[in-house]
Amino acid sequence: MSREYRYTLGSQVHRFANLAELMAKATPARSGDRLAGVIAETAEERVVAQLCLAELPLKTFLEDVLIPYEQDDITRLIIDEHDPVAFLPIAHLTVGDFRNWLLSDLATPAVLAQVRVGITPEMAAAVSKLMRNQDLILVAKKCEVVTAFRNTIGKSGHLSTRLQPNHPTDDVTGIAASILDGLLYGNGDAVIGINPATDNVAQSIKLMRLMDEVIQKYAIPTQSCVLTHVTNTLECIEQGAPVDLVFQSIGGTQATNESFGVELSVLAEAQQAALSLKRGTVGDNVMYFETGQGSALSADAHHGLDQQTCEARAYAVARKYSPLLVNTVVGFIGPEYLFNGKEIIRAGLEDHFCGKLLGLPMGCDICYTNHADADQNDMDTLLTLLGVAGCNFIMGIPGSDDIMLNYQTTSFHDALYARRVLGLGPAPEFAAWLEEMQIFTDVATQALPSEMPDRFANSLRQVTGGDA
Amino acid sequence: MNPDQPSADAVSCSLEPDAIVTPNPWQRLGQFTDARIGLGRAGISLPTNRSLEFQLAHARAQDAVHLPLEIPRLIEDLNQLAALEHAPQIQRLHSRAVDRTSYLQRPDYGRRLDEDSRQQLSALDAQPADLAIVVVDGLSSLAVQNNAAPFIAALLEALAEDGPDAWSLAPISVVEQGRVAIGDEVGELLNARAVLVMVGERPGLSSPDSLGLYLTWQPRVGLSDASRNCISNVRPAGLDFAMAAQRLHYLLREARKLGLTGVGLKDRSGETALEGGTGIQNFLLS
Repeated sequence: MSREYRYTLGSQVHRFANLAELMAKATPARSGDRLAGVIAETAEERVVAQLCLAELPLKTFLEDVLIPYEQDDITRLIIDEHDPVAFLPIAHLTVGDFRNWLLSDLATPAVLAQVRVGITPEMAAAVSKLMRNQDLILVAKKCEVVTAFRNTIGKSGHLSTRLQPNHPTDDVTGIAASILDGLLYGNGDAVIGINPATDNVAQSIKLMRLMDEVIQKYAIPTQSCVLTHVTNTLECIEQGAPVDLVFQSIGGTQATNESFGVELSVLAEAQQAALSLKRGTVGDNVMYFETGQGSALSADAHHGLDQQTCEARAYAVARKYSPLLVNTVVGFIGPEYLFNGKEIIRAGLEDHFCGKLLGLPMGCDICYTNHADADQNDMDTLLTLLGVAGCNFIMGIPGSDDIMLNYQTTSFHDALYARRVLGLGPAPEFAAWLEEMQIFTDVATQALPSEMPDRFANSLRQVTGGDA
Repeated sequence: MNPDQPSADAVSCSLEPDAIVTPNPWQRLGQFTDARIGLGRAGISLPTNRSLEFQLAHARAQDAVHLPLEIPRLIEDLNQLAALEHAPQIQRLHSRAVDRTSYLQRPDYGRRLDEDSRQQLSALDAQPADLAIVVVDGLSSLAVQNNAAPFIAALLEALAEDGPDAWSLAPISVVEQGRVAIGDEVGELLNARAVLVMVGERPGLSSPDSLGLYLTWQPRVGLSDASRNCISNVRPAGLDFAMAAQRLHYLLREARKLGLTGVGLKDRSGETALEGGTGIQNFLLS
């Protein structure tokens, strides 16, 4: 690996053994980097690293790669796919200049969209380390990324939700009850996505059929996904299952993806298989990826990089396969990687910014576990900030409680809160459906009726008896 | 009335408390799931009682993470299982994480045995065995305390279907402050062809007692999760012991046949396996 980096502050010369160390030490503090032993040793050393990083030309990241090209297929992807023409407008900038440029009025949404294929994940990660939370929000807000399958997600002024009707035993009635609850609270436009209780091909097909039948019966302009391993989804497709979106967890190093049992060629194969089904009506983004800081370290596959840089590198993988949705699951991994609400909030904003800057349809699973030092108030803060930043989608789950995965994420109610205070709407096609079905009396003001919408009243009577 | 624009009339007229909250007509569906559905709304927000119910559950779950496992009671429960009457002595082990604080911040410590535990297992000079069962506290001692013994009983009953000597067992281990990967080291030291780690999963608001099962073929230090098969949410109100044992039995047979676990071993234990439940199917289609 690379050369040493130095920065002189006053009479003292600070040394960083290589670019990975410089990046890691410039990263705002978090427990995962401490666990990896790559964190700045003092608060001052962190700022010195940021000062040093600010003076680094962006071109450095094309020459001094963090993981050797020969050893890592994601490094190869990043270098091979880099577009030198798109890079030209920013090629002369340092990381510090890049921050100024991103914040400036020169970087309009149209310009940012043109430049994005000239930006590498490491450039995005580096500049994010110099940015305050408000910078991350302001620039992300300028990066509109729109994708489509049966509806259009990510348009400015919209906030979609994944309806997540998980059940600990995949009980069909239990899942259907959560789907109904979510739909009647105006959720589910990003995807109706189930984490199955286990990775089992037969079970996945059963759940795919369940969701497909509901989507068809009520003509819901949305898509479904069973979050099972990509190789399972391939088998489901071979067996004729109704697959809308292909799911996979991905990470930012080849070894991380190996720990997930994933090769890039399998992702390409799965994308082609899903496209061949031609199930999208308004677009052909068929992939759904999940990421999250800490996964590389958790698999001991981080190569001495900080966890935020690893995370940004995962976006190079996502970008290759034109996903409908990329979801950073920010607080799921636990306190050893993001210790408390403050670290979770910062990581959520960084991931959303880096993903958007690189051209990804970023959403966020705004979440925490019961062994983390975080609570609902922290989630309210991150939800509000991401709503302001133009986040494409969040999770929606009954009462914030995932009874299968045992963690807390945003609720159906939370989504309505964010939409109301920030004046955001669901995906346009879905909004029209909500009004047509009388689920909302007025989507613009998030006004809900107190009565059961007619189309669902009969189904409810069938299952619970009595009047509805 | 538009809820966003209260009129002067609405301000002066005081509503009955019941009329402020809008209940959901589908609240009765709550009988089919533990999910927090049909909560109703104040405006578009959670009503006070629902909000405080959540806070109580979260407070309890946070407390549960720190409750220690009562090892003597667990060992007594295991020793009382008829199927383990002639089994070798249960091994009590400890990870390198000295306490809960260290455990939460250093997952690497939780994945390895401390030196005393290593020596204890090495000294056994274990003969080759088909399966090592490793019980690990993880993030919920409650899950292990309540569910480990009855699950092992169900599993041994299922394994007996293959004949009395089809599955030779290594000594059962109980590990404090451990994570899933610690089973690799235990299994290796016990000379086992496969290791089953039973670990307390992170407590959920509605399920503080969930047990996770991780099966790994040819356990050795350094394996990743891609080498394992997992069955989650084993508890009386989740995946029950008999069903979980049946699924694990299937995976064990397949693992032995294929000589592997992990991504290469798909769980095809059958479509009927998870039907169960209420008997009512997808009511949204009716």
